[in-house]
Amino acid sequence: MNASSLAKAVIDGILTGGVYALMAAGLTLIFGVMDIINIAQGALIVLGAYMSYVLSVHLGIDLFLGLIITIPAFFVLGVFIEWAFMRRLRDQERTAMSILVTYAVAIIIEGILSVIFGVDFVQLQASYINSSFHLLGFYLPYIYVFGFLLALVLLGVLYYILYRTHFGRGVRGSLQNRSAAELIGVNVNRVRALSVGIGVSVTAAGGMVFGATNSFNPSSGYDLISRLLSIVILGGLGSIGGALVAAVFMVTLEDVVAVVWSPVWATLVYYASLIVVLSFMPNGLFGRAAVRAQ
Amino acid sequence: MSTLIEADGVCKSFGGLQALSECSLSVPKGSISGLIGPNGSGKTTLFNVMTGYERPTAGEIRFDGTAITGATPEKVFGLGVGRTFQITRLFFRLTVLENILVATQRHEGWLRSVARRAGSAAEHDRALEMLEFVGLGRLANSPAGNLSYGQRKLLELASLLVADPAVLLLDEPTAGVNPVLIEQLSERIRELNRAGKTFLVVEHNMEFVMGLCHEVTVLHQGRTLVNGTPEEVRANPAVLDAYLGGGDDDDF
Amino acid sequence: MTARLPFRALLVGVAIVILGVFPLVFSNPTTTSIAVFTLIFMVAASSWNMFSGYSGYIALGHAVYFGVGAYALTLLANHLGFAAGWGVFALVPVAGIIAGLVAIPTGVIALRARRHTFVVITIAFMFIFQLAASNFAFTGGSSGLQPPTPLWSATSYNDHFYYVAAVILVATVLLSWLVRRSRFGLQLFAIRDDEERARGLGVRVGRVKLSAFVLSAIPIGMVGGVYAYFLGQIFPQFAFDPLFDLSIALMAFIGGLGTVWGPLLGALVLESLQQYFTVQSGASQVYLIIYGGLFLAVILLLPRGLIPSVEDLIRRWRTRGGAQDRATEEGGGDRTADVVKAAGAR
Repeated sequence: MNASSLAKAVIDGILTGGVYALMAAGLTLIFGVMDIINIAQGALIVLGAYMSYVLSVHLGIDLFLGLIITIPAFFVLGVFIEWAFMRRLRDQERTAMSILVTYAVAIIIEGILSVIFGVDFVQLQASYINSSFHLLGFYLPYIYVFGFLLALVLLGVLYYILYRTHFGRGVRGSLQNRSAAELIGVNVNRVRALSVGIGVSVTAAGGMVFGATNSFNPSSGYDLISRLLSIVILGGLGSIGGALVAAVFMVTLEDVVAVVWSPVWATLVYYASLIVVLSFMPNGLFGRAAVRAQ
Repeated sequence: MSTLIEADGVCKSFGGLQALSECSLSVPKGSISGLIGPNGSGKTTLFNVMTGYERPTAGEIRFDGTAITGATPEKVFGLGVGRTFQITRLFFRLTVLENILVATQRHEGWLRSVARRAGSAAEHDRALEMLEFVGLGRLANSPAGNLSYGQRKLLELASLLVADPAVLLLDEPTAGVNPVLIEQLSERIRELNRAGKTFLVVEHNMEFVMGLCHEVTVLHQGRTLVNGTPEEVRANPAVLDAYLGGGDDDDF
Repeated sequence: MTARLPFRALLVGVAIVILGVFPLVFSNPTTTSIAVFTLIFMVAASSWNMFSGYSGYIALGHAVYFGVGAYALTLLANHLGFAAGWGVFALVPVAGIIAGLVAIPTGVIALRARRHTFVVITIAFMFIFQLAASNFAFTGGSSGLQPPTPLWSATSYNDHFYYVAAVILVATVLLSWLVRRSRFGLQLFAIRDDEERARGLGVRVGRVKLSAFVLSAIPIGMVGGVYAYFLGQIFPQFAFDPLFDLSIALMAFIGGLGTVWGPLLGALVLESLQQYFTVQSGASQVYLIIYGGLFLAVILLLPRGLIPSVEDLIRRWRTRGGAQDRATEEGGGDRTADVVKAAGAR
């Protein structure tokens, strides 16, 4: 272990953390607006990876360009999921039910992917995946950097939507105080459907980057959703800023531990850090001490 | 007359919002006291602080002379303070009878509470008695969710009574209830008061408050404004000001 | 309900007889093997339901206690030099108790959180334990461990495990039933409906939740031990398996969360389905789609699960036409008049 490998670990952590931040932002947005924990987010990311796979392998479309197709497609998918499944959940026990419903959706997605693609591991390929930038003595793989930039751009778009549009104000109002938002006249159903649409559309992008930097198969969703949930809780449910900070923190911590101590313990530390933080801050870093019914 | 429960200089803030400032209130033993004030003046917050659902940022709550600030709601109830909620809260999936039985918990050993059937014969009898008192005896085995609005309020009240609390904090007991039932409610409260129970009632229904309460406290923007008999309060110009002027209806 | 008590008792009696006689009638080892797994899941689902179904706190990390039980039994059997055979079964209750002890600190940490956070913490613990088991030497790392292998004949091998699991099942169902009708159970159900209000009525929610949590870990730990002994080999990813958590939740849910018999029915249905698909090689991924689809169908169409929905149907059929003692949900009008009359008549 030396300073340079430590620095590399930190950089890797930040780059990868940014991508996780994007996916976690989607998850926390859905929760904040709907009080629903979307367990299917992991499976959707894997689905996104497979979509990119199909577009690149069978249609020869570049991974990043393919997003022009997959992101809107996933947006529609998200709206559909909200309409078909989430809207029916009665308010009582909404969160508990949402966990079970979205888990069911996740299994179905995994099953369909398994049947179509089989259980073998694949990875997205592109000419730039195996090349790196040579910067300041470090080799930064193109894909990590591009992925990170993509995440930044999309997070920027998300920020713009949330803070500069009329619709975004409605979403933020719902995030803060749903009943108040309803009183002002925010069209709650529309806000909900569109929020879930946005929350799911980011998985298309996240899926592509994930699939390009990891080998995956239909079962990869479990590990993903567990990581994302930990990020979202650590950051504070409903807080997008929190998800950002938490994602970068946890992923970087894991990468650093892998270098400093041992890769074998790194993942354990990742999850343990959640427990440790929650012991001191039960609502996560930026979570509100909620007055919600559940 | 001795004070049964009191709030002394209570402050409570949520983030940037100051919900209560130097709020003081004392409820004499054996009285029916009223707590009124415009929307957003902090009445329910004060209730929450007094019953342990919120911790005050400053100040003290005392019950029968002993400080109970920061005690958990379970403990507060165990001391003999019961409260109802602005929006009637019940255990909707339990039956009416079971709702009452939850409150009859004696604090017994863990093993016994697992092995013993919920509600001994004596507890059943007492629960049924309470249901009869509020007129719900016939509905004992119905799911609480099936009750009409007025019946739910009665059940909420009955659940508290079965534990024989010394003081009852009622949060808007007449909201949405028809006038005939309001009169019945008034009568029940007077009856219980004659039997020795103390009441603190939050209400918007002025007629109800003025007709029932021995003394009234007015809350405005988290502060105690005025305290006195219903007539004194009614005549006080500051009270009228608070209700009509001020523009403090910021519920969000 | 009182008139139907003898009928219910009769059903239970029949069930126990079937339970006892099953391996003698269906002695094919493939069938009894499926039966053993089914019994294990019935216990697990029932036990999980005792906490999550009764309190409404969905825990998705009970695989921790299953795995702890599995590893505990294996480690104890190996290190204490137990000879393979009936003797090892004596360690099953020990495995359960150890799982219960582990449930105390993990329960304390997890239950400090609200329901949403609680779920995630339980999931996090599951991964922590899985990773720990993969990384420590004394747990055999990723190659796992092997408990002693008994030398029973191939035809009757499964039967030993079957009967042990059956005994655990009967005990668990009895416990579940006792809790449900007890004061403790009533408190759990109150917490499920409205925890804050339960506090306001004197229920010591912290104590009650933790007790139920620890109690639910014990039978799961026990069948974890049985599982390890039955398989003859445990690996971290199977002992601590997220799919296990999902399965028992699904089973309890389909049968009816919060009921005594629901989880058993759910386990019966789902485990048989799962085993059927595993045996049919090649279709093993299709079962995922069917699982998920079944789950969704139940949630959206029969949100309270099979048993409560069937009970509802029966009740509606019995009282068709008669209003009896059910108050109407709306209509404060004439109902209130009745109440007032009754109140005034006092």
